[in-house]
Amino acid sequence: MEQAREEFKGRRAFIFAAVGSAIGLGNIWRFPYVAYENGGGAFIIPYLVALLTAGIPLLFLDYAIGHRFRASSPLAYRRLGGAAESIGWWQVGICFVIAVYYAVVIAWAVRYTGFSINQAWGDDPGGFFGGDFLQQSGEFTLGGSWVPAVGIPLIIIWLFTLVVHRLGVQGGIARLAQIFIPVLIVIFVVMVIQGLRQPGAMLGLDALFTPNWEALTNSQVWIAAYGQIFFSLSVGFGIMITYASYLKRKSNLTGSGLVVAFSNSGFEILAGIGVFAALGFMAQASGVGVADVAESGIGLAFIAFPAIISTMPGGSLFGVLFFLSLVLAGITSLVSIVQVVLAGVEDKLGWSRTKSVLIAGGLMAVVSVALFPTTTGLNLLDVVDNFANNFGIVGAALVSVIVIGWGLRKFPELARHVNSVSSFKIGRTWFILLGVVTPLVLGYMFISEVVTRIREGYGEMPAGYVAVFGWGVAIGLIVIAVLVSLIPWRRGVVEDESLLVEGGESR
Amino acid sequence: MSAAAIVMLVVALLLVWGGLVAALLHLRKHPEEFDVVEDGHQEYPPST
Repeated sequence: MEQAREEFKGRRAFIFAAVGSAIGLGNIWRFPYVAYENGGGAFIIPYLVALLTAGIPLLFLDYAIGHRFRASSPLAYRRLGGAAESIGWWQVGICFVIAVYYAVVIAWAVRYTGFSINQAWGDDPGGFFGGDFLQQSGEFTLGGSWVPAVGIPLIIIWLFTLVVHRLGVQGGIARLAQIFIPVLIVIFVVMVIQGLRQPGAMLGLDALFTPNWEALTNSQVWIAAYGQIFFSLSVGFGIMITYASYLKRKSNLTGSGLVVAFSNSGFEILAGIGVFAALGFMAQASGVGVADVAESGIGLAFIAFPAIISTMPGGSLFGVLFFLSLVLAGITSLVSIVQVVLAGVEDKLGWSRTKSVLIAGGLMAVVSVALFPTTTGLNLLDVVDNFANNFGIVGAALVSVIVIGWGLRKFPELARHVNSVSSFKIGRTWFILLGVVTPLVLGYMFISEVVTRIREGYGEMPAGYVAVFGWGVAIGLIVIAVLVSLIPWRRGVVEDESLLVEGGESR
Repeated sequence: MSAAAIVMLVVALLLVWGGLVAALLHLRKHPEEFDVVEDGHQEYPPST
């Protein structure tokens, strides 16, 4: 006998969970640099255009699929149109891969929260990060020695995450977000204020917000804006489909979606201010330009920021707040990524939550703990991250809009469903944005990435290594997705009659 | 900070945070509906 599907208690719980998912590491360490590099203050224009023409439409699409078909990503796509199920498994695979390395970065941030107190990195944050802390050999292989300094916090992160999942959608995921997100906002605001009070902070803001209007004529700037929106908003890889499937029948999908989308962007802007205030301080303190200290990603968080923390009066507090923010933002996102995998497995195999947490969640934890906290883990993380994002997320989103819009022609049905429960109505504009604008932008991103990677390889990495852990993973996920979608469903699962009444348009 | 940077800072904040406020107000104008459960009673909203 099937158990009743779990539900969020109300839209507040859902909004917190969805905001928790959307606000992640990318908001803090990716957005500020992308904005700075791509027109500074002028970037706000392509950024908002991308949000309105692709980010929010895709968010509504994910909500519509999840809520209309009330299922995990693979089952929702199956109900949407047979073979489209493989898109769902592609997304599950991407989430599996992202979860196993994303958790590792959170484990680093946990350690750096502690390191900030006594500035354990001394006067060489770069050497400390790769050497003393991660003990990287620099080799392009798999394995090597296990590094307990990363591995142990990583095990704790996984245990914590899986306990949250075992507690369920409302009691675990939503409750976690309702605690973590307000705490995150408070400590982040305190950190930003501390940053703004430093000498030189205004230099940083000047660098971030001075508009370079010519950038708007550069197509790469527009692509960067769309890329930031796609990666930041958690759209197109199953998360929002999964979360929306736990909403009650009468849920205002678009009204909630607008709050989620603008919360995510609002936090990004705040992060831009905080990060560039700190970079401005550092530039002034070391007598260089902001351009010389501006960075993004791992280099920003684990090398540039430690240097800032060591230089700033009261830097320890600033560091603790910064790394704790990464931990809180990261965990609520990790939980959402893992949920995509668990929900997919539960639907297909009829497993209970306990079973999916133990077996599927356990498998993710074991892969993560075995492969990444090793002396070769950093290179692996780097290549897998790049390919999972640029080929996985972008590719799956591209295929999904083309299949749903042009193949199955389901946009009108999904729009009717959304409008039957939502306050903000969608229609022809939404079809055009999703059916034309989004595929063009995603297609351009996808093709140019394929061309660049084939021509230039990936960084300094040996071609064989990139072939296996970059291309191999990216293509392997597609092959596995198709194979899993061929496994037959249990009887009666795909044709759930309760979907044919109320809230759906089929009545 | 240059005048242009200050203007763009203010514009960015107004547009994005203004968008958030507008979205919250819009949601507030459309209060949550609750499913009527089988025995005819309303399912009540969470206390939070």
